[in-house]
Amino acid sequence: MPNSPSDEPRRIKVQRQGPLLVEGPVEVELEDGTIVTSDRFRVAVCTCRRSRRYPWCDTSHRDRAKDR
Amino acid sequence: MAHDLRPAHGGEGPPLPTARGHVSAAVEEYLRGTGPPPRQQDVVGTAVYGDDLQLALYLCYELHYRGFAGVSEAHEWDPDLLRVRAALEHRFLTALRADAPTHDSVEDALADLLVEPVDGTGVSHYLCAEGELWQLREYAAQRSLYHLKEADPHAWVLPRLWGRAKSGMAAVEFDEYGGGRPERVHARLFADLMTDLGLDTTYGRYLDAASAQALATVNLMSLLGLHRALRGALVGHFAAVEITSSPASRRLAEAMRRTGAGPAAEHFYDEHVEADAVHEQVVRHDVIGGLLAEEPHLAPDVAFGIDVTGHLEDRLADRLLGAWRAGRSSLRTPLRSEMPLTF
Repeated sequence: MPNSPSDEPRRIKVQRQGPLLVEGPVEVELEDGTIVTSDRFRVAVCTCRRSRRYPWCDTSHRDRAKDR
Repeated sequence: MAHDLRPAHGGEGPPLPTARGHVSAAVEEYLRGTGPPPRQQDVVGTAVYGDDLQLALYLCYELHYRGFAGVSEAHEWDPDLLRVRAALEHRFLTALRADAPTHDSVEDALADLLVEPVDGTGVSHYLCAEGELWQLREYAAQRSLYHLKEADPHAWVLPRLWGRAKSGMAAVEFDEYGGGRPERVHARLFADLMTDLGLDTTYGRYLDAASAQALATVNLMSLLGLHRALRGALVGHFAAVEITSSPASRRLAEAMRRTGAGPAAEHFYDEHVEADAVHEQVVRHDVIGGLLAEEPHLAPDVAFGIDVTGHLEDRLADRLLGAWRAGRSSLRTPLRSEMPLTF
Protein backbone atom coordinates (compact mmCIF):
# COMPACT_ATOMS: atom_id res chain seq x y z
CA MET A 1 0.00 0.00 0.00
CA PRO A 2 1.56 3.33 -1.00
CA ASN A 3 2.05 5.94 1.68
CA SER A 4 1.68 3.44 4.50
CA PRO A 5 3.70 4.47 7.56
CA SER A 6 6.24 1.73 6.86
CA ASP A 7 7.17 3.37 3.53
CA GLU A 8 8.04 6.66 5.17
CA PRO A 9 11.55 7.35 6.43
CA ARG A 10 11.86 6.66 10.13
CA ARG A 11 12.40 9.91 11.98
CA ILE A 12 14.90 10.02 14.84
CA LYS A 13 14.77 12.90 17.26
CA VAL A 14 18.16 14.08 18.51
CA GLN A 15 18.79 16.32 21.50
CA ARG A 16 21.85 18.13 22.79
CA GLN A 17 21.39 16.39 26.10
CA GLY A 18 19.35 13.22 26.33
CA PRO A 19 18.67 10.06 24.34
CA LEU A 20 17.91 9.54 20.66
CA LEU A 21 14.17 9.03 20.32
CA VAL A 22 13.01 6.59 17.67
CA GLU A 23 9.69 4.94 16.97
CA GLY A 24 9.69 1.31 18.10
CA PRO A 25 10.10 -1.55 17.74
CA VAL A 26 13.85 -1.23 17.37
CA GLU A 27 16.80 -3.60 17.00
CA VAL A 28 20.21 -2.35 18.07
CA GLU A 29 23.42 -4.13 17.14
CA LEU A 30 26.05 -3.66 19.82
CA GLU A 31 29.81 -3.51 19.24
CA ASP A 32 30.25 -7.21 19.95
CA GLY A 33 27.57 -8.11 17.41
CA THR A 34 24.86 -8.81 19.97
CA ILE A 35 21.38 -7.79 18.83
CA VAL A 36 19.04 -6.32 21.44
CA THR A 37 15.44 -5.37 20.74
CA SER A 38 12.88 -3.05 22.29
CA ASP A 39 9.19 -3.19 21.38
CA ARG A 40 8.17 0.04 23.11
CA PHE A 41 6.08 2.49 21.07
CA ARG A 42 8.99 4.87 21.30
CA VAL A 43 12.49 3.91 22.25
CA ALA A 44 15.04 6.13 24.00
CA VAL A 45 18.55 5.14 22.93
CA CYS A 46 21.37 6.23 25.25
CA THR A 47 23.91 8.66 23.80
CA CYS A 48 25.83 9.59 26.96
CA ARG A 49 27.04 6.00 27.48
CA ARG A 50 26.41 6.28 31.22
CA SER A 51 23.28 4.11 31.15
CA ARG A 52 23.37 0.97 33.24
CA ARG A 53 20.95 -0.48 30.70
CA TYR A 54 22.87 0.48 27.62
CA PRO A 55 21.79 0.89 24.82
CA TRP A 56 18.52 2.00 26.45
CA CYS A 57 18.28 5.32 28.28
CA ASP A 58 17.92 5.14 32.07
CA THR A 59 18.15 8.95 32.62
CA SER A 60 21.80 8.71 33.71
CA HIS A 61 22.56 11.67 31.40
CA ARG A 62 21.02 14.03 33.93
CA ASP A 63 23.16 16.66 35.60
CA ARG A 64 24.26 15.83 39.14
CA ALA A 65 24.05 19.47 40.18
CA LYS A 66 22.13 22.45 38.94
CA ASP A 67 23.94 24.94 36.69
CA ARG A 68 23.94 28.25 38.48
CA MET B 1 -34.06 7.54 42.59
CA ALA B 2 -35.16 9.36 39.46
CA HIS B 3 -31.66 9.86 38.12
CA ASP B 4 -30.70 6.20 38.31
CA LEU B 5 -29.55 4.99 34.92
CA ARG B 6 -30.19 1.41 35.91
CA PRO B 7 -31.55 -0.37 38.94
CA ALA B 8 -29.76 0.72 42.10
CA HIS B 9 -26.72 -1.44 42.30
CA GLY B 10 -24.80 -2.01 45.48
CA GLY B 11 -21.32 -1.88 43.89
CA GLU B 12 -18.90 -4.77 44.16
CA GLY B 13 -16.11 -2.53 45.45
CA PRO B 14 -14.23 -2.80 48.75
CA PRO B 15 -16.00 -2.22 52.08
CA LEU B 16 -16.18 1.36 53.32
CA PRO B 17 -13.13 2.10 55.49
CA THR B 18 -13.19 3.21 59.11
CA ALA B 19 -14.09 6.91 59.39
CA ARG B 20 -11.36 9.26 60.65
CA GLY B 21 -13.48 12.08 62.04
CA HIS B 22 -16.92 13.62 61.82
CA VAL B 23 -16.71 14.72 58.16
CA SER B 24 -15.64 11.33 56.79
CA ALA B 25 -18.14 9.67 59.17
CA ALA B 26 -20.96 11.81 57.78
CA VAL B 27 -19.94 11.04 54.18
CA GLU B 28 -20.03 7.32 55.00
CA GLU B 29 -23.43 7.58 56.70
CA TYR B 30 -24.76 9.38 53.64
CA LEU B 31 -23.29 6.74 51.32
CA ARG B 32 -24.96 4.02 53.39
CA GLY B 33 -28.23 5.96 53.34
CA THR B 34 -28.31 6.32 57.11
CA GLY B 35 -27.69 10.05 57.57
CA PRO B 36 -27.35 13.49 55.97
CA PRO B 37 -24.18 14.62 54.19
CA PRO B 38 -21.69 16.69 56.23
CA ARG B 39 -22.54 20.33 56.75
CA GLN B 40 -20.58 23.15 55.15
CA GLN B 41 -19.33 24.42 58.52
CA ASP B 42 -17.95 20.96 59.40
CA VAL B 43 -15.92 20.95 56.17
CA VAL B 44 -14.59 24.44 56.88
CA GLY B 45 -13.48 23.52 60.40
CA THR B 46 -11.42 20.42 59.49
CA ALA B 47 -7.62 20.34 59.07
CA VAL B 48 -7.02 20.41 55.32
CA TYR B 49 -4.15 17.89 55.19
CA GLY B 50 -5.61 15.83 58.04
CA ASP B 51 -6.99 12.30 58.03
CA ASP B 52 -10.64 13.31 58.23
CA LEU B 53 -10.75 15.69 55.27
CA GLN B 54 -8.44 13.63 53.08
CA LEU B 55 -10.45 10.46 53.68
CA ALA B 56 -13.77 12.28 53.04
CA LEU B 57 -12.42 13.54 49.72
CA TYR B 58 -10.99 10.11 48.88
CA LEU B 59 -14.40 8.52 49.47
CA CYS B 60 -16.07 11.03 47.13
CA TYR B 61 -13.50 10.40 44.41
CA GLU B 62 -13.51 6.62 44.75
CA LEU B 63 -17.13 6.59 43.53
CA HIS B 64 -15.69 7.49 40.10
CA TYR B 65 -13.34 4.48 40.13
CA ARG B 66 -14.71 1.34 41.74
CA GLY B 67 -17.13 2.57 44.41
CA PHE B 68 -17.75 0.69 47.65
CA ALA B 69 -19.62 -2.45 48.58
CA GLY B 70 -23.21 -1.71 49.46
CA VAL B 71 -23.06 1.87 48.13
CA SER B 72 -25.38 2.70 45.25
CA GLU B 73 -23.55 3.54 42.04
CA ALA B 74 -25.96 6.45 41.60
CA HIS B 75 -24.07 8.31 44.37
CA GLU B 76 -21.34 9.12 41.82
CA TRP B 77 -23.50 11.96 40.46
CA ASP B 78 -25.53 12.76 43.59
CA PRO B 79 -25.88 16.58 43.65
CA ASP B 80 -25.75 16.82 47.46
CA LEU B 81 -22.58 14.75 47.59
CA LEU B 82 -21.03 16.70 44.71
CA ARG B 83 -21.70 19.88 46.72
CA VAL B 84 -19.77 18.39 49.64
CA ARG B 85 -16.97 17.31 47.31
CA ALA B 86 -16.74 20.80 45.87
CA ALA B 87 -16.37 22.26 49.38
CA LEU B 88 -13.64 19.72 50.21
CA GLU B 89 -11.88 20.40 46.91
CA HIS B 90 -12.02 24.14 47.51
CA ARG B 91 -10.27 23.72 50.86
CA PHE B 92 -7.66 21.37 49.37
CA LEU B 93 -6.91 23.41 46.27
CA THR B 94 -6.74 26.68 48.19
CA ALA B 95 -4.20 25.16 50.59
CA LEU B 96 -2.17 23.69 47.74
CA ARG B 97 -2.01 26.99 45.90
CA ALA B 98 -0.86 28.72 49.09
CA ASP B 99 1.64 26.08 50.25
CA ALA B 100 3.29 24.65 47.12
CA PRO B 101 6.56 26.25 46.08
CA THR B 102 6.13 28.22 42.87
CA HIS B 103 8.39 28.44 39.87
CA ASP B 104 7.95 31.34 37.49
CA SER B 105 8.01 29.17 34.39
CA VAL B 106 7.48 25.59 33.26
CA GLU B 107 11.14 25.45 32.18
CA ASP B 108 12.35 26.39 35.65
CA ALA B 109 10.00 23.92 37.33
CA LEU B 110 11.18 21.12 35.02
CA ALA B 111 14.85 22.07 35.34
CA ASP B 112 14.81 21.42 39.07
CA LEU B 113 13.38 17.93 38.50
CA LEU B 114 15.92 17.10 35.82
CA VAL B 115 18.81 17.34 38.27
CA GLU B 116 19.72 14.06 39.93
CA PRO B 117 22.01 14.79 42.89
CA VAL B 118 24.40 12.03 43.94
CA ASP B 119 23.58 12.59 47.61
CA GLY B 120 19.77 12.61 47.35
CA THR B 121 17.80 12.06 50.54
CA GLY B 122 14.34 10.90 49.42
CA VAL B 123 12.39 7.76 50.25
CA SER B 124 13.88 5.80 47.34
CA HIS B 125 17.42 6.75 48.45
CA TYR B 126 16.63 5.57 51.98
CA LEU B 127 15.06 2.29 50.85
CA CYS B 128 17.91 1.67 48.42
CA ALA B 129 20.62 2.21 51.03
CA GLU B 130 19.11 0.74 54.18
CA GLY B 131 15.45 -0.16 53.67
CA GLU B 132 14.29 -3.33 55.39
CA LEU B 133 11.68 -5.69 54.05
CA TRP B 134 9.01 -4.46 56.49
CA GLN B 135 9.57 -0.92 55.23
CA LEU B 136 9.28 -2.01 51.60
CA ARG B 137 6.00 -3.71 52.48
CA GLU B 138 4.71 -0.54 54.11
CA TYR B 139 5.81 1.50 51.12
CA ALA B 140 3.97 -0.84 48.76
CA ALA B 141 0.84 -0.81 50.94
CA GLN B 142 0.76 3.01 50.98
CA ARG B 143 1.42 3.25 47.24
CA SER B 144 -1.11 0.52 46.40
CA LEU B 145 -3.87 3.12 46.61
CA TYR B 146 -2.50 4.57 43.40
CA HIS B 147 -0.67 1.71 41.72
CA LEU B 148 -3.69 -0.62 41.74
CA LYS B 149 -5.38 2.00 39.58
CA GLU B 150 -2.17 3.19 37.94
CA ALA B 151 -2.74 5.68 35.08
CA ASP B 152 -6.52 5.78 35.66
CA PRO B 153 -6.70 9.32 37.12
CA HIS B 154 -4.70 10.63 34.15
CA ALA B 155 -6.89 8.99 31.51
CA TRP B 156 -9.58 11.59 32.23
CA VAL B 157 -7.46 14.30 30.65
CA LEU B 158 -7.51 12.69 27.19
CA PRO B 159 -10.76 14.29 25.92
CA ARG B 160 -9.42 17.68 27.07
CA LEU B 161 -6.31 17.51 24.87
CA TRP B 162 -5.84 17.83 21.10
CA GLY B 163 -3.35 16.88 18.43
CA ARG B 164 0.23 16.28 19.58
CA ALA B 165 -0.64 16.49 23.28
CA LYS B 166 -3.48 13.97 22.92
CA SER B 167 -1.52 11.46 20.85
CA GLY B 168 1.47 11.68 23.22
CA MET B 169 -0.70 11.25 26.30
CA ALA B 170 -2.65 8.38 24.72
CA ALA B 171 0.59 6.62 23.74
CA VAL B 172 1.95 6.81 27.30
CA GLU B 173 -1.36 5.66 28.77
CA PHE B 174 -1.47 2.75 26.31
CA ASP B 175 1.98 1.76 27.58
CA GLU B 176 0.77 2.05 31.20
CA TYR B 177 -2.14 -0.21 30.28
CA GLY B 178 0.19 -2.89 28.97
CA GLY B 179 0.26 -1.99 25.25
CA GLY B 180 -2.65 -4.33 24.57
CA ARG B 181 -1.37 -7.15 26.77
CA PRO B 182 -3.36 -7.62 29.99
CA GLU B 183 -0.46 -9.33 31.75
CA ARG B 184 1.61 -6.17 31.25
CA VAL B 185 -0.90 -3.66 32.65
CA HIS B 186 1.12 -1.75 35.24
CA ALA B 187 -1.58 -2.16 37.89
CA ARG B 188 -1.26 -5.92 37.34
CA LEU B 189 2.54 -5.76 37.62
CA PHE B 190 2.08 -3.94 40.92
CA ALA B 191 -0.33 -6.60 42.19
CA ASP B 192 2.38 -9.17 41.35
CA LEU B 193 4.87 -7.09 43.36
CA MET B 194 2.44 -7.08 46.29
CA THR B 195 2.17 -10.87 46.12
CA ASP B 196 5.97 -11.14 46.29
CA LEU B 197 5.88 -8.94 49.39
CA GLY B 198 3.19 -11.04 51.04
CA LEU B 199 0.54 -8.33 50.71
CA ASP B 200 -3.15 -8.73 49.87
CA THR B 201 -3.78 -7.52 46.29
CA THR B 202 -7.50 -6.86 46.85
CA TYR B 203 -8.42 -3.37 45.62
CA GLY B 204 -8.86 -1.00 48.57
CA ARG B 205 -7.41 -3.48 51.08
CA TYR B 206 -4.92 -0.95 52.54
CA LEU B 207 -7.14 2.14 52.56
CA ASP B 208 -7.50 1.96 56.36
CA ALA B 209 -3.74 1.57 56.74
CA ALA B 210 -2.77 4.45 54.43
CA SER B 211 -1.72 7.73 56.01
CA ALA B 212 -3.37 11.07 55.23
CA GLN B 213 -0.23 12.06 53.32
CA ALA B 214 -0.64 9.04 51.02
CA LEU B 215 -4.34 9.80 50.50
CA ALA B 216 -3.46 13.39 49.57
CA THR B 217 -1.15 12.28 46.74
CA VAL B 218 -3.96 10.21 45.21
CA ASN B 219 -6.59 12.89 45.86
CA LEU B 220 -4.43 15.34 43.92
CA MET B 221 -4.52 13.09 40.83
CA SER B 222 -8.29 12.69 41.03
CA LEU B 223 -8.79 16.42 41.58
CA LEU B 224 -6.69 17.36 38.56
CA GLY B 225 -8.04 14.53 36.41
CA LEU B 226 -11.72 15.15 37.02
CA HIS B 227 -11.69 18.90 36.35
CA ARG B 228 -11.20 20.06 32.77
CA ALA B 229 -10.30 23.49 34.15
CA LEU B 230 -7.24 21.87 35.78
CA ARG B 231 -5.99 20.07 32.63
CA GLY B 232 -2.79 22.13 32.59
CA ALA B 233 -2.02 21.15 36.17
CA LEU B 234 -2.83 17.48 35.43
CA VAL B 235 -0.31 17.49 32.59
CA GLY B 236 2.31 19.18 34.80
CA HIS B 237 1.63 16.67 37.56
CA PHE B 238 1.98 13.75 35.16
CA ALA B 239 5.27 15.13 33.85
CA ALA B 240 6.60 15.43 37.41
CA VAL B 241 5.67 11.81 38.13
CA GLU B 242 7.25 10.48 34.94
CA ILE B 243 10.44 12.57 35.26
CA THR B 244 11.12 11.54 38.84
CA SER B 245 10.05 7.92 38.40
CA SER B 246 12.93 6.48 36.37
CA PRO B 247 15.85 7.16 38.75
CA ALA B 248 13.67 6.46 41.80
CA SER B 249 12.55 3.15 40.25
CA ARG B 250 16.20 2.15 39.76
CA ARG B 251 16.80 2.67 43.49
CA LEU B 252 13.61 0.83 44.47
CA ALA B 253 14.48 -2.10 42.17
CA GLU B 254 17.87 -2.22 43.91
CA ALA B 255 16.12 -2.24 47.31
CA MET B 256 13.92 -5.15 46.17
CA ARG B 257 16.99 -7.07 44.95
CA ARG B 258 19.00 -6.43 48.10
CA THR B 259 16.19 -7.60 50.39
CA GLY B 260 15.31 -10.59 48.23
CA ALA B 261 11.74 -9.37 47.84
CA GLY B 262 11.18 -11.49 44.75
CA PRO B 263 11.28 -11.38 40.95
CA ALA B 264 7.93 -9.62 40.39
CA ALA B 265 8.84 -6.97 42.97
CA GLU B 266 12.10 -6.31 41.13
CA HIS B 267 10.39 -6.41 37.74
CA PHE B 268 7.81 -3.72 38.57
CA TYR B 269 10.52 -1.14 39.26
CA ASP B 270 12.93 -2.43 36.58
CA GLU B 271 10.16 -1.97 34.00
CA HIS B 272 9.61 1.61 35.20
CA VAL B 273 13.29 2.54 34.82
CA GLU B 274 13.18 2.12 31.04
CA ALA B 275 9.49 2.85 30.43
CA ASP B 276 9.53 6.14 32.32
CA ALA B 277 12.80 7.28 30.70
CA VAL B 278 10.75 7.19 27.47
CA HIS B 279 7.52 8.54 29.01
CA GLU B 280 9.41 11.52 30.42
CA GLN B 281 10.56 12.48 26.91
CA VAL B 282 7.10 12.07 25.40
CA VAL B 283 5.39 13.98 28.19
CA ARG B 284 7.85 16.88 28.10
CA HIS B 285 8.11 17.26 24.33
CA ASP B 286 4.70 16.17 23.07
CA VAL B 287 2.22 16.51 25.93
CA ILE B 288 3.46 19.69 27.61
CA GLY B 289 4.89 21.07 24.36
CA GLY B 290 1.73 20.27 22.42
CA LEU B 291 -0.63 21.61 25.08
CA LEU B 292 1.25 24.89 25.46
CA ALA B 293 1.45 25.33 21.68
CA GLU B 294 -2.36 25.13 21.61
CA GLU B 295 -3.06 26.86 24.91
CA PRO B 296 -0.08 28.96 26.00
CA HIS B 297 -2.12 30.62 28.74
CA LEU B 298 -2.01 27.31 30.66
CA ALA B 299 1.75 27.59 31.38
CA PRO B 300 1.27 28.76 35.00
CA ASP B 301 -1.11 25.81 35.60
CA VAL B 302 1.45 23.35 34.19
CA ALA B 303 4.09 24.79 36.52
CA PHE B 304 1.63 24.55 39.43
CA GLY B 305 0.98 20.88 38.62
CA ILE B 306 4.72 20.17 38.72
CA ASP B 307 5.28 22.11 41.95
CA VAL B 308 2.26 20.79 43.83
CA THR B 309 3.28 17.20 43.10
CA GLY B 310 6.64 17.77 44.75
CA HIS B 311 4.93 19.48 47.68
CA LEU B 312 2.68 16.49 48.46
CA GLU B 313 5.40 13.92 47.76
CA ASP B 314 7.66 15.76 50.23
CA ARG B 315 4.95 15.57 52.88
CA LEU B 316 4.58 11.82 52.30
CA ALA B 317 8.36 11.39 52.43
CA ASP B 318 8.48 13.22 55.79
CA ARG B 319 5.81 10.89 57.14
CA LEU B 320 7.52 7.71 55.92
CA LEU B 321 11.10 8.63 56.84
CA GLY B 322 10.07 10.23 60.14
CA ALA B 323 8.39 7.01 61.23
CA TRP B 324 11.03 4.62 59.89
CA ARG B 325 14.01 6.51 61.31
CA ALA B 326 12.30 6.31 64.70
CA GLY B 327 11.77 2.56 64.20
CA ARG B 328 8.00 3.03 63.98
CA SER B 329 5.40 1.97 61.42
CA SER B 330 4.36 4.63 58.89
CA LEU B 331 0.90 3.08 58.64
CA ARG B 332 -2.24 3.78 60.65
CA THR B 333 -2.91 0.08 61.17
CA PRO B 334 -0.18 -2.56 61.22
CA LEU B 335 0.26 -4.99 58.33
CA ARG B 336 -0.57 -8.59 58.87
CA SER B 337 1.66 -11.03 57.13
CA GLU B 338 -0.24 -12.93 54.46
CA MET B 339 2.60 -15.41 54.42
CA PRO B 340 5.46 -16.21 56.75
CA LEU B 341 8.25 -13.68 56.41
CA THR B 342 11.52 -13.58 58.23
CA PHE B 343 12.55 -10.24 59.64
